[in-house]
Amino acid sequence: MLKVEGLTKIFGGLRAVDDASIEVPEGRIVALIGPNGAGKTTLFACIAGFHRADAGRITLLGQDITGLPVHEIARRGMVRTFQITQPFARLSVHENIAVGAYQRFARRDEAWEHARRVADQVGMGAQLDQPAADLTVAGRKRLELARTLATGPKLLLLDEVIAGLNPSEIVEIVEIIRRIRASGVTVLLIEHVMQAVMSLSEHIYVLSYGRIIAEGAPREVVGNPAVIEAYLGRGAAERMAAGHAGAGHA
Amino acid sequence: MNPTGRGHDWLLHGVLLAVAIAFPFVLPSPFWVNFGVLALFYAFIGQSWNIAGGFAGQLSFGHVVFFGVGCYASTILQLRFGLNPWLGLPASALAGGLMGFVVAFLSFRAGLKGSYFALITLAFAEVMRILTNSVEFTGGGLGLLIPARPAASNFQFAERIGFYFVILALTVLSIAVAVWLKRSRFGAQLAAIRENEDAARALGIDVFREKVKVLILSGALCGMGGAFFAQYFLYIDPMIAFGVDKSVEMLLVSMVGGAGTVYGPLIGAVLLAGIGDAARVLTNVQGLSLVIYGALLVVIIAFLPNGLIDLFQRLFRRRGGSRGGA
Repeated sequence: MLKVEGLTKIFGGLRAVDDASIEVPEGRIVALIGPNGAGKTTLFACIAGFHRADAGRITLLGQDITGLPVHEIARRGMVRTFQITQPFARLSVHENIAVGAYQRFARRDEAWEHARRVADQVGMGAQLDQPAADLTVAGRKRLELARTLATGPKLLLLDEVIAGLNPSEIVEIVEIIRRIRASGVTVLLIEHVMQAVMSLSEHIYVLSYGRIIAEGAPREVVGNPAVIEAYLGRGAAERMAAGHAGAGHA
Repeated sequence: MNPTGRGHDWLLHGVLLAVAIAFPFVLPSPFWVNFGVLALFYAFIGQSWNIAGGFAGQLSFGHVVFFGVGCYASTILQLRFGLNPWLGLPASALAGGLMGFVVAFLSFRAGLKGSYFALITLAFAEVMRILTNSVEFTGGGLGLLIPARPAASNFQFAERIGFYFVILALTVLSIAVAVWLKRSRFGAQLAAIRENEDAARALGIDVFREKVKVLILSGALCGMGGAFFAQYFLYIDPMIAFGVDKSVEMLLVSMVGGAGTVYGPLIGAVLLAGIGDAARVLTNVQGLSLVIYGALLVVIIAFLPNGLIDLFQRLFRRRGGSRGGA
């Protein structure tokens, strides 16, 4: 579905993303994790067309989309959400979602009806008439999801839709993301909340200082010493191993 | 965009139209008909501003540039090329739309937004004012005088009521455009652009293209206002056609009435024309009306940030009606 090869993005002297390659097969939930400042959001922005990559190639459904404008990429079926939610604040929830729905349906009644269906799908059916500005953090994250979903995407790029939610909200949104995938949408997500990533995704890429340092199934990745060091600092993997060994002896 | 209350909306449109049609027959004196013409004229050019500034959030401070090219397009075609002034209306729409395209294409291609866009539109208007002032073809600073030949076929009416119905038709057209924007895909995309350009882009909206389109639409309407104005007063000069005061008035009537609403500009325009006439009748201080109007704007921004229409909607709701959607 999506293939990113050798993507590099340089800001001044900083290689924010350095020769990153990832692949998202159709129908999967793939996650991109990494410590703060690793370059996850920059990589996302490059994939979605918000930043122009300095090097590398992006293909979506076999077509080269490198350098295409954002709206063109969105129309080809790859739509992103924002980590810092960007609601159309003075529009209602229904109107917000309808903007996405209008990308599929030109007629008002069809777009509004579709928006209502999508709202039900993400559990916002009761909030349709509420102004987007009045939503809670959880509500705004759902709205981001609903708006993008209403465009009828083939691939969703979710930028931290789970971070910042309380445990019961996390359970709900994880369930929603699973249902979205079940309906035939491929998902690539950036996430901080490890537990959610572990239970949701089938394949994980780990980004640190702009480079992909590990990839694989969730279980493999958490045990990878390079990943532990990226998160907890140099030497952490050894200390943990020693700690486990010590605990075993005692 | 509220799907409920559709019936209320059509009732409101109908009642207002009936009142507007009856107005010159109920108050047939030249004073009142002139009042009606000016109120509708401001409502019309105010609505043209509102379509770009209110609905799409592209605040222009030099909207008079579209009005001015409309003035000159219809007048020059009439004086120099003998075109019937009725055909000056579509010609001025074309000229205004073209100007809208030029301004939008250059400004938005350069990524100008918000106050930078407002300033560049002001600059465009000033450039046009200076150009028309210094070129022989446009009559220079002396302006252009349209010879009085009263005949309906000549877009000059012996009775003001003729003008009244022309500007009423134009105002109805502009309100129809606004209603369409409230209910259409294009309007929804403009609202999205107004609220958050990045999010609009992320959903697949071609932000640049939609912004250029809305400025063409807005410019075309505003240009027709110019052709009407030239025929009503039979005289234009660079200051009248491209002076900053009309830009301010267009923006004021929309903001006072309620920017981004269907009837905001009409409410603001009736108030502006009313204050203007009252100030003229009661005192002889030049420009007092704009002073009063400015003070009113301060009060409204402080207490009714969504414009006077908020007041009407609150009253309407309290009486048990649903959201007016106006």
